Amino acid sequence: MRAYFGRRYMLSASHRLHSDVLSPEENRRAYGKCNNPFGHGHNYLLEVLVRGEVLPETGMVVDMVSLDKVIRSLVLNRFDHANLNTDALFVNQVPTTENLCRAVFNLLVNAVPSGRLETVRIEETENNFFECANPTEA
Amino acid sequence: MIELTRRATFSASHFYWNEQWTAEKNAQVFGRCANRNGHGHNYTIEVTVVGEPDPVTGFVVDLKWLKDVMEREVVEVMDHRHLNLEVPEFACMIPTTENIAIVAWRRLAPVLSRVGAAKLSRVRIYETPEIFAEYRGEA
Repeated sequence: MRAYFGRRYMLSASHRLHSDVLSPEENRRAYGKCNNPFGHGHNYLLEVLVRGEVLPETGMVVDMVSLDKVIRSLVLNRFDHANLNTDALFVNQVPTTENLCRAVFNLLVNAVPSGRLETVRIEETENNFFECANPTEA
Repeated sequence: MIELTRRATFSASHFYWNEQWTAEKNAQVFGRCANRNGHGHNYTIEVTVVGEPDPVTGFVVDLKWLKDVMEREVVEVMDHRHLNLEVPEFACMIPTTENIAIVAWRRLAPVLSRVGAAKLSRVRIYETPEIFAEYRGEA
């Protein structure tokens, strides 16, 4: 029987939204306060949803301890208490939460211990969040 | 189509144990959840129903009615209960968050399917604010 298991994690990181292809004035217009040269930070909430069969012997879609280990090693250790702009993933793209969400999805899509990564959701603040979903299979 | 979600809470105890396994294997797979004395959670259930709003009432379903159904079919059965010992489905099924979502669906679906065009879309169970499982009626 197919079900979904979801897990939420917090990570704190700083970033600055700034595009090299825009002029200083255009950057200020596009990103407002987020363009502050010294950066700023958020407590991001990461929500990972895994789809899979509920194994009769465990009653589980995915082993949470194993999932936590993967998330910790691939995502939290990399981004928590870091400056996103300094990460290799954001050399050529602005560390908006849209881009962070897709980057985290790509890091995890082939790494979940069982089942299939369904959705990665990142809440930047209580009032805005972003989702990257696995395309529906044909 | 509009989705409508109603939330409720209940508190219950449980433990994870597979009778086919040795005590060592249960401890290895389920960790602290295998403690036979049990432990508990404040669960949140979210029930999502999908349908067209009724042209007269503007409702997909009556929220008070949905609240009563959830109360009768799930909350009364599980609230302040030991899931392994007191909820019949879990006599032969481990009360993981996934299975609680499946059991809640099975209890709700027959009642909700009798109401107009609205139908049950998903049941989500939060074991803690950071851990949840969802069932969408898929085989």
